Amino acid sequence: MSMLLVASQPDLFYARQQMALSLGFHIVLACIGMAFPALVLLAEWRGQRTGDPVYAQLARRWARALAVLFAVGAVSGTILSFEFGILWPRWMGRWGDVMGLPFAIEGFAFFAEAIFIGIYLYGWERLSPRRHLLVGIPIVIAGVASAFFVVAANGWMNTPTGFTLGADGRPRHIDPWAALFNTSLWPEATHMILAAAIVTGFLVAMVYVPALRSGRATRYHRVGFLLGFTVAAVAVPLQLVVGDWAARHVATHQPVKLAAMEGVTHTESGVALHLGGFFVDGHVVGGLPIPDGLSFLAFHDPSAKVTGLDSVPARDRPPVNVVRTAFQLMVGIGTVMLGLAVWFAIAWRRRRDLPSSRWFLRAALLAGPAAVLALEAGWVTTEVGRQPWIVYRIMRVRDAVTDAAGIRYGYFGLLVVYAALTVATVLVLRRLAGRPLAAADDEGPS
Amino acid sequence: MTVAEFLLVALFVGLSAYALLGGADFGAGFWDLLAGDAVAGRAQRDAIEHSIGPVWEANHVWLIFALVVLWTGFPRAYAPIMSTLYVPLTLAAVGIILRGAAFAFRKAVTTLTLQRAFGATFALSSVLTPFFLGAAVGGIATGRVPPGEQSGDVITSWVNPTSILGGTLAVVTCAFLAATYLAADARRAGVVELSEAFRSRALVAGGAAGAVAVGGIFVLHADAPTLFHGLTHRGLPLVVMSAASGVAALALLWTRRNAAARVAAALAVVAVLWGWAVAQYPFLLEDRLRINAAAGSHATLVAMSVCIAVGAVLLVPSLLALFVFAQRGELPGE
Repeated sequence: MSMLLVASQPDLFYARQQMALSLGFHIVLACIGMAFPALVLLAEWRGQRTGDPVYAQLARRWARALAVLFAVGAVSGTILSFEFGILWPRWMGRWGDVMGLPFAIEGFAFFAEAIFIGIYLYGWERLSPRRHLLVGIPIVIAGVASAFFVVAANGWMNTPTGFTLGADGRPRHIDPWAALFNTSLWPEATHMILAAAIVTGFLVAMVYVPALRSGRATRYHRVGFLLGFTVAAVAVPLQLVVGDWAARHVATHQPVKLAAMEGVTHTESGVALHLGGFFVDGHVVGGLPIPDGLSFLAFHDPSAKVTGLDSVPARDRPPVNVVRTAFQLMVGIGTVMLGLAVWFAIAWRRRRDLPSSRWFLRAALLAGPAAVLALEAGWVTTEVGRQPWIVYRIMRVRDAVTDAAGIRYGYFGLLVVYAALTVATVLVLRRLAGRPLAAADDEGPS
Repeated sequence: MTVAEFLLVALFVGLSAYALLGGADFGAGFWDLLAGDAVAGRAQRDAIEHSIGPVWEANHVWLIFALVVLWTGFPRAYAPIMSTLYVPLTLAAVGIILRGAAFAFRKAVTTLTLQRAFGATFALSSVLTPFFLGAAVGGIATGRVPPGEQSGDVITSWVNPTSILGGTLAVVTCAFLAATYLAADARRAGVVELSEAFRSRALVAGGAAGAVAVGGIFVLHADAPTLFHGLTHRGLPLVVMSAASGVAALALLWTRRNAAARVAAALAVVAVLWGWAVAQYPFLLEDRLRINAAAGSHATLVAMSVCIAVGAVLLVPSLLALFVFAQRGELPGE
């Protein structure tokens, strides 16, 4: 019997896959749930200030999509609070009271979000315009706070603090506030919040590209595109700065993760940066090397020493190619997005119009899915880069997994559920977007 | 009262709110399922949608609150509960996903085929979710969840007489609460026909809940001796209160005092929940793990209590505003 109860390697694999699936799905909805209300509110505010009906029309439209996306985000977030315990009971049992506080505060923030979004979505006809706008503000504040506190918990997994380790491997002298304000919190949370703005902005803009390309675009499509695209285009250059901050933080606090991100085998000074390529037998093959580039980027010093993978035993290293490819993908997409944002800014300064090239709209269409891909790649970088640890250098993922039998069947079931949920969400959003404008104006969400 | 006990009280306040508010939303889905075909059931479904639309997301957060308090405040209870009872809890989580998403989808689409598909998903998952949550409670209350890092039996921990009782009681209770609330809502909205329909459903569901509860006495006597002893001794006043409130709710419904019936029904449900808590005291996992042994570090318990106090100050007025808004269509003071 005891043999049956010991989690086999495959169950660890399925537990990991299930967690990755649930988080990978939720992270997109969470980003939209955080940034989209701000965009809706921006449109509503512009509408009230300028009296331009197009803004009001957009706000109404977007609110309907927001209602759907927020609901899916709410429920896909709830399952996580089950899965932490279902899949990783030893992690939660041992560390729940160290790292649980930010989740509790996030719970309250989400509560506020759910309360005010209920009033906001059902309040178009029932509240005065001014009041309706005011009701939206707590949604935005709570959304950003939610992201901040959830990332605090993830940051703690990367840089665990707020306790001393007993001889039995259990925490002592727990200080939950110190755990909450771990050093990864600030760069990670800022990076995440900007990512939400970029993903949401580009996804919203994408919706209007077909109309703009076909030439049947009205002012409604143009303004819809511009609002979304501008928010993302402003956030992208900021993300470059914050991304640099986050990477340098990783270099200092999780050197092995950085080594995996860049494919650095030996600890050396003046390490080159490689663009592209693959990590084969301890070397980056097929990449474009930039001498001293990594030392400069990671420590702002071309001769700085960079810790290599061989600073830890092989069993303590993450899978390099997964982490490195994900990281390159994120940075690559971010760089192209920066180009797109600059292109847009130049055209706007010169002519108060979009770039006239057909390629701009093609790129804008791709920017939505590309932003989602970059988001997922960034998430893979930080999560897989932390492997094999669930609590960095303290608890291994394999020591945290449940011993309950049959986890894989839950995973298979959830695969089907998430696939159906994704298809249904896209279908419903397409139906909403395809509905004639006149039909959408006169009906509130109620 | 220790800090741990304070936190446990807060957790049960959260669970009570979830049972009364989230439970009624699930129950509304139950009636949605039984409302008949698309034409005949239209009025009832509209009333249900109108009633739970603005509030279901907020009501749903009470469960998240309870889970977060459990894992931060009592990590050594949360971990074995989740790992041993992962089957019903995964099913409940899937039910929660399908219920919420399908409800939002149904509202957003206009074609009948899609509305039907999403509506059926919403309604079915509204019935299954409380059943699995109730079954999980049955496992905890009968000592089938062992503490420690080895999980208990993943099947018999929730496929057992008390769990079946817990699941069934949860479903009928949700249906009873929902029908009682909807009857009062429809009355206030002045739709007599609808109010009568929900009133008769509330009477049926209330009778069923009473019958399940009475039958449950025998189940618990046979299957859960410790819990039974607790319920018939320390928990007895609450059990009596629940029974009395339930009977009162039915009498009030019978005499068409729908608003008062709503209060009595809520009291009956909350008393059962607290009766369970009192009967188990001082155990968090019945027979196995005491509250103090399950509790996390003192500093964390204090921090959580502070957060809950601050959160209550900020959120309770907002929540009341939401309910006033949902019921009257305006914010207080407007």
